[in-house]
Amino acid sequence: MAYIEFKDVKKIYRMGEVDIEALSGVDFEIEKGEFVVIAGASGAGKSTILNILGGMDNATSGEIIVDGNKISDYGARQLTTYRRYDIGFVFQFYNLVQNLTVVENVELATQICKNPLNIEDTVRAVGLGERMHNFPAQLSGGEQQRVAIARALAKNPKLLLCDEPTGALDYNTGKSILKLLQDTCREQGMTVIIITHNLALTDMGDRIIKVKSGKILSMEKNDNPLPIERIEW
Amino acid sequence: MNELLEKLIPNVLDYSERFFTSCTQTLQMFAIAGIFTFLFGMLFGVVLTVTKRGGIRENRVIYYIVEIFTNVFRSIPFIILLIFLIPFTRALVGTAIGVKGAVVPLIFGAVPFFTRQVETALANVDDGKIEAARSMGSGTFGLIFRIYLHEAVPELVRVTTITAISLIGLTTMAGAVGAGGIGSFAINYGQNLNHQDIVNVCVVILLVFVCVLQTLGNFFSKKTTNRELITRRKEL
Repeated sequence: MAYIEFKDVKKIYRMGEVDIEALSGVDFEIEKGEFVVIAGASGAGKSTILNILGGMDNATSGEIIVDGNKISDYGARQLTTYRRYDIGFVFQFYNLVQNLTVVENVELATQICKNPLNIEDTVRAVGLGERMHNFPAQLSGGEQQRVAIARALAKNPKLLLCDEPTGALDYNTGKSILKLLQDTCREQGMTVIIITHNLALTDMGDRIIKVKSGKILSMEKNDNPLPIERIEW
Repeated sequence: MNELLEKLIPNVLDYSERFFTSCTQTLQMFAIAGIFTFLFGMLFGVVLTVTKRGGIRENRVIYYIVEIFTNVFRSIPFIILLIFLIPFTRALVGTAIGVKGAVVPLIFGAVPFFTRQVETALANVDDGKIEAARSMGSGTFGLIFRIYLHEAVPELVRVTTITAISLIGLTTMAGAVGAGGIGSFAINYGQNLNHQDIVNVCVVILLVFVCVLQTLGNFFSKKTTNRELITRRKEL
């Protein structure tokens, strides 16, 4: 059995009288320690997949298994616990708390989890050793995204889920963020899943899942993933 | 000094004891009603934010109950509310006059106002932060205390100041129907006895109250706003 399995997962949003099918039967699997790229156009259902996998949202039907646990059977309370201990999220717009410093933002996450990593080590590992006591407003976009990554990693999660982590960043900054994510995956054996609409990024993944109109278009394993330095777009 | 006062405000000096009691009464009404208003308004404001459609704990029934309560009491002019609540006040605290009797309608008058203000303050908290905290596994109470109330502190200080100042206004209005305090002093001794100096002094005293509140409010809201953020905004 794979580390993560999606079996015929459907998600239907009810908008007043109309039903909108965001996912119409999604199947895929992911192995532990892989760097996974989920690619597809806007509205294809990428974020819905990530939200369901991250326990932010329930699937309408289907089966989701993560590390032997059947997430699809979880209720709201269990999902909160699952998010708290097993999942690290990174968002496109960082979503840092403006009133807290870098270290305090990371603390916000570690305060409520079981085996957090050392906060200062984590902040140093993402390259912000000098900026620990700065506020988000004093950091560049790339640095803020690093804080967000540190915040997700410090919880020591099973999965790192990134929703368009470079969407708001320029080319080079985006690349350095992707490098940080790829290195984290290689060095710590963390399972990292990133969502992107940039098909060029697929070359860097161990596994590439292409999504279209709420369905999986293709899933392939890539035995020779490229380091991000060698990818141009 | 005394001669000067004697000339400027002769009637206030004649009723000086009455005048000081009035000030104390106003402060008492303000403090008691203020504490209750703060607690209930904060509670209801949070409840509205949390239970609204798309909120972190959507609940239509609770939302509509609080919403309707807020709307109803918001739309009754305070002077009408005062007399409307007399039977209720009497049943609750045993009297409808004096400080005790005034506190009940004051709370009913100020809570809906403050509730709305708190709701607006919390609505300004970025949804992204709520999403992020949710993704970290914060529960409902974690989201309320660690994100909503934490991020909105400067805004909450500002709306508390606004409500406090309007509450001062309400206490004087309550004076018209037997609550005591500066309001009734101004009406009964100033206006009815035709002592303009009494009215003038009441105005000055109220002005001082309001100024003190506003200064405190500004101070704390500045203190709680992230300073780096302010300098940054100035630079931009």
